[in-house]
Amino acid sequence: MKIVLEHLTKRYPNRNRKIREEVVAVDDFTFEIPDGTLIGLLGPSGCGKSTTLNLISGLEAPTAGRIFFGDTDVTSLPPEKRGVGLVFQNYALYPHMTVLENIMFPLGNLKGDARLSRDEMKRRALEAAKLVQIDNLLERRPSEMSGGQQQRVAIARALVKKPGVLLLDEPLSNLDARLRLQTREEIRRIQRETGITTVFVTHDQEEAMSISDLIVVMKKGVLNQISKPQAVYDDPVNLFVATFLGTPPINVFDGEVRSGVLHLGDDAVLTVPGVRDGAVKVGVRPEGFVPDPEGALHCGLDRVEVMGRDTSIVFRHGGLTAETGRAIVDASDAVGLEGGEVRFSLKPQKTHLFDPDTEARIYPDGAGKAGER
Amino acid sequence: MKKQNLKAWLYLLPALAFLAVFMIYPLADVVVYSLEEGYNSASQTFRGVGLYNFSYVLRDPYFLAAVRNTFLLVIVTVPVSTGLALLISLALNSVKALKNVFQTVYFLPYVTNTLAVGLVFMILFKKTAYSEGLVNLLINWFGGPSVDFIDGPYWAKMLVMCIYTVWVVMPFKVLILTGALASVNPEYYKAARVDGASKGRIFRRITLPMISPMIFYLVITGFIGAFKAYSDEVALFGTDLNAAGMNTIVGYVYDMLYGNSGGYPSYASAAALILFAIVFTITCVNLLISRKSAVV
Repeated sequence: MKIVLEHLTKRYPNRNRKIREEVVAVDDFTFEIPDGTLIGLLGPSGCGKSTTLNLISGLEAPTAGRIFFGDTDVTSLPPEKRGVGLVFQNYALYPHMTVLENIMFPLGNLKGDARLSRDEMKRRALEAAKLVQIDNLLERRPSEMSGGQQQRVAIARALVKKPGVLLLDEPLSNLDARLRLQTREEIRRIQRETGITTVFVTHDQEEAMSISDLIVVMKKGVLNQISKPQAVYDDPVNLFVATFLGTPPINVFDGEVRSGVLHLGDDAVLTVPGVRDGAVKVGVRPEGFVPDPEGALHCGLDRVEVMGRDTSIVFRHGGLTAETGRAIVDASDAVGLEGGEVRFSLKPQKTHLFDPDTEARIYPDGAGKAGER
Repeated sequence: MKKQNLKAWLYLLPALAFLAVFMIYPLADVVVYSLEEGYNSASQTFRGVGLYNFSYVLRDPYFLAAVRNTFLLVIVTVPVSTGLALLISLALNSVKALKNVFQTVYFLPYVTNTLAVGLVFMILFKKTAYSEGLVNLLINWFGGPSVDFIDGPYWAKMLVMCIYTVWVVMPFKVLILTGALASVNPEYYKAARVDGASKGRIFRRITLPMISPMIFYLVITGFIGAFKAYSDEVALFGTDLNAAGMNTIVGYVYDMLYGNSGGYPSYASAAALILFAIVFTITCVNLLISRKSAVV
């Protein structure tokens, strides 16, 4: 089922009563989540992504705007009538019930014609348990299970009523690193098998990139960009999106454009046709540096970190906003690096220009805009 | 290792000494008294050793009346007070405005002196030459005849006693239960709401099991407290409880020791041990039940 958000807005009164101004948790969201996709709501803590999820689930009512599931307007429907499955960050499994009882709980709430016999409920619960591969743990209590297993039970409980939409709130944040990798693939598998439209919230960009069909990047209640993971990475619409995505993070320089040529410090590094003269912020992805004895960018070599396949070069440059920058290059390109200086040439498609005031992306002539892809 | 043990015992000594003098010795003494037949507290002599004291107490109509009163009180007040406390806590938990005011109001009886509360109940229930009592005024207003709640029929006195006891023990239970309800993770309720659970089902399947340890705690301490009732009876009916027919087991023990009919520590000890046996048995049963149904 596709989900459409139209001018969705949520404002709260400020917690500090002296401040009259309301807190805008979600600011005028309009976007469409296509049927059967897995989308990641990504942003730093407090950016309103959990609020967005609660608005979709119906646990919170929007201040303005509408929500559609398919063609039905569900804005004023209570959560139980929306047909959503919700998985909480700490799973919220009922500790006094066994796994089977937990999974069967939503089925027991069905009324009228939808009511199921005990056997039918058990069959459906077992089906959901098989989907998440916990059908051998049905008699356990949540306290007797690992975090990953509890997570699966929570997903089974959310799916057992066959909802049209599955919502996951920070599904991986309570798991250790190894389980996190495993579980995110598991979530992807379950989503593919059921074909259910899934929205999940995360502050971990790697998590969002790895499994989402679409990423929604948010900051302070404002939707910054919605695109495919690779597009968000390759074509960030602003400096925030560029810095928020990618590990190691993008290198940010204070630069200047003089008659169509980008200068970083004293180095004229790239031609940027059609860009007005003046100061710019420049983001260069770590893989955008090419070690080149003739390269235009003169940097001080800080240290070289060998990682096997790649080599990470930590460098200093006067134009950098941070102390050091980091370039990732193929190990074979990094041989013979020593001494005080390293020179790079920059890959144009990995170098992004931003307005220093609005932080919006500046596109040189001939470069594609993110919105047009 | 040994030295450390020695040190530990040394540190424990003050507490152990107090326990021995004020708990263990008196307890042992009670058992000894209860077995000494024909004990005379003036001459400190006794005729023989045996179970006569127990058989005397068990045949004493005053004791049997006290047992009946106590059991009636326990059976009525423990479930009623726990149930009412649960209702009040649920209501308190769901109101937002004036929550603190209500909480204070419900907690007031806990910090009010028993005898002062007794006085208030007198005003409510006692018939005097000048007044029928507030409750009788109400009954009259609805067209019923006056009832003498303090010196009248047994059921009337028992009713007042039960209302009084429920009223006195309620605040503590409300306090515990509101705490227990507030400590239930709200995400459970959110999850249940999304899953479409009705209010009744949320209460039965989630709230109740989550706070059941506290309910069992209240029932067990409620039983023990009600079995030990005495001061509340005195507050309402005065010190001569046998005459009022409202004596309790603890009251009987007190009367046998110090009352007008007192001076029989052996009978008092026997009665106290019988009470101990009753409370012990019931607490064991309670614990067994709570273990069986306890979860988590």
